[in-house]
Amino acid sequence: MALEDMRPPIETGCPDGFQYMHPMMRRNFGLWAYHEDPQPGVLLHVAKSGEKVWTVRAGTQRILDIFTLRKLCDIGDQQADGYVHFTIRSNIEYFVTEEAKVQPLVDALNEAGFIVGGTRNSVAMMSHTQGWLHCDIPGTDASGVVKAMMDELITEFKEWNMPNRVHLTTSCCQINCGGQGDIAINVQHTKPPKINHDLVANVCERPSVVARCPVAAIRPALVNGKPSLEVDEKKCICCGACFPPCPPMMINDAEHSKLAVWVGGNHSNARGKPTFQKLVAAGIPNNPPRWPEATAVVKNILNAYKADARDWERVGEWVERIGWPRFFEITNLPFTKYHVDTWKGARNSLNASTHIRF
Amino acid sequence: MATKHHVTPMLDELENGPWPSFISGFKRLRDDHPDARINGLANGLLGQLEHSYETRKGYWKGGTVSVFGYGGGIIPRFSEVGNAFVESKEFHTVRVQPPASNFYSTDMLRQLGDSWEKHGSGLVTFHGQTGNIMFIGTDTSRIQHFFDEINEYGFDLGGAGPCVRTAMSCIGSARCEMSCFNEQAAHRHLVNNFTDDVHRPALPYKFKFKFSGCPNDCQNAIERADFAVIGTWRDDMRVDQAEFKAAIEKKGRQYIIDNVITRCPTNALALNDDDTIAVDNRNCVRCMHCLNVLPKALGVGEDRGVTILVGGKRTLKIGDLMGTVVVPFMKLRTEEDFEQIVEMAEEIVDFWAENGLEHERTGEMIERIGLVNFLEGIGIDVDPNMVSNPRQSSYIRMDGWDEAAVEWFEKKAEKAAG
Repeated sequence: MALEDMRPPIETGCPDGFQYMHPMMRRNFGLWAYHEDPQPGVLLHVAKSGEKVWTVRAGTQRILDIFTLRKLCDIGDQQADGYVHFTIRSNIEYFVTEEAKVQPLVDALNEAGFIVGGTRNSVAMMSHTQGWLHCDIPGTDASGVVKAMMDELITEFKEWNMPNRVHLTTSCCQINCGGQGDIAINVQHTKPPKINHDLVANVCERPSVVARCPVAAIRPALVNGKPSLEVDEKKCICCGACFPPCPPMMINDAEHSKLAVWVGGNHSNARGKPTFQKLVAAGIPNNPPRWPEATAVVKNILNAYKADARDWERVGEWVERIGWPRFFEITNLPFTKYHVDTWKGARNSLNASTHIRF
Repeated sequence: MATKHHVTPMLDELENGPWPSFISGFKRLRDDHPDARINGLANGLLGQLEHSYETRKGYWKGGTVSVFGYGGGIIPRFSEVGNAFVESKEFHTVRVQPPASNFYSTDMLRQLGDSWEKHGSGLVTFHGQTGNIMFIGTDTSRIQHFFDEINEYGFDLGGAGPCVRTAMSCIGSARCEMSCFNEQAAHRHLVNNFTDDVHRPALPYKFKFKFSGCPNDCQNAIERADFAVIGTWRDDMRVDQAEFKAAIEKKGRQYIIDNVITRCPTNALALNDDDTIAVDNRNCVRCMHCLNVLPKALGVGEDRGVTILVGGKRTLKIGDLMGTVVVPFMKLRTEEDFEQIVEMAEEIVDFWAENGLEHERTGEMIERIGLVNFLEGIGIDVDPNMVSNPRQSSYIRMDGWDEAAVEWFEKKAEKAAG
């Protein structure tokens, strides 16, 4: 396009959501009385006016092809009132204002292959990232891991079997775009980057790469007569932070990029303050196309949580109550020197008391 | 068919099992879509992804692609193995800001889908982890046309790179009785004040706003946002004693003791002999637990507003940081209230733009310079609600103590006088 044909953007930013809201929800905005959970995947919200709205939530493949998107719209037009909402975990929600419409909507979604559920004390849809499909730095795939895992956890998504809700997340590098989860499955590199010295000078802004390293393990160096970088491999923590600004710092490795499982991340302020997830298992093979070893670890933890936690305890709260030794005992996961934190503030995670369960 | 289908034995295994398969969706685009361009894109994508599965490596690299007038908003993706997968060798993502609280009519979803079918791959995600609609897969020549088309009917690019990012807000007042403010209004007032900083990346690193209507924080704002706005209330919680009694009748006294009374983190609840509930509202920390268990009997109060926390982020580079309370409570109802919160956000972004190092999030800057320096920089007074406990270390120079104490009492008197 020639410059004179270029159209200046209209900088409207974030569109107004009200124009796409169900009219009943517009009428009752900020005027809600209470909610109930009539059945898994269905919420009932009652406004102070007495008006009611039923929400039906369904899990999808998240990356929607246009046929699937149109199918979701068709269901919304035929069985609901033409208004939808997406949850933070990429579930689609439909709204109806008559109870009689709920079951036909649920049936239509099930019929079309979508999975109604993900409410209350279920295992929610995994929040995840792009992975090999579209990211420029991934150690694994995301959609594939999630598909394989949700196949195995579908009953837990569809039913209310858990002590409280369980948020699963997965991330393809240690930046952890998938976020904190009750159980998180994240890439953990185990070897320092292999450096392609032929490319560093042309591709990377070397001072930025040096500055990016959390442990100051990278320094400029002349290699084979070319300006490049070198890594002090004794210091390197294999985090991969140098890779995004400098792709010749090749951190991803078909064998040595492993998966680690973390538990106890919780965003809510309910009962306790929000918490970050803690390492429980590592060295899990990055094994496409179905990652059975990672799924087995997750199911093991879920089973222990389901059997032992009290109502309303999230995974992290349950472990806090029973203690970490007991967690490692009942899950039969190894406790190693790698579980003891070494990062800034690590001493706060050590037991400075005689509080010990025998 | 212009090119042969790539063979995908590993991906084919992801068509098995009951959860909806994204691979089956890609194949529908490859096999059933009338447009040969889309068939080709899907074929190339499947081929490259299979190659990734076989070799356990990713093959996309970034680059520089944008639209006229903007510097960001597009995630460029060029294939490193484009010679083998020619049809999808350019496969850029367009990040588009969703309507506040993620509402759509099916008409609008169809319109967005139609535009993307015309100019892109026909693959879309609602939404990425930052909160954008991710239109996945198109080439450089088509991006401008796609953007122009959706921009004409009210959609705009989101953030990518070191800039103010697309924000997220929960469903909030639109459907939830726990909501304590108008999340959509706050979201749009704040983010749309920064459109220049969204579209033209020039900040030290990313800056995220997230809005949760209550302390359940469904948007993960405290963990993930530089500027977290969380709904709360100052007066007594709502108690409907008849509904509370009904809950005891239904669930049993033991259940209510075990799951409500004894789970209060500050022991602010008690069960009376007549099966009513007593609430010590002064010691309630608004954690939401008892409201979550008994949403009919217990509810948020009437004097609602927000708590603002600053500096949440994930690992890179110094480790995980939660946001820190910077404003314990402010009302968010009137235009003046919204102006005040926008001004505060401007102060914070400006201070960070001036003082943050390259690739340093606000939380990391606060960690480096200390909360007090940050507060002085943005003109906010210290408050005991900002700390879990006062300092433990005596290693600090305190010859300004007397003035600081006087200032505290003066401010307190000022506040009492209104």
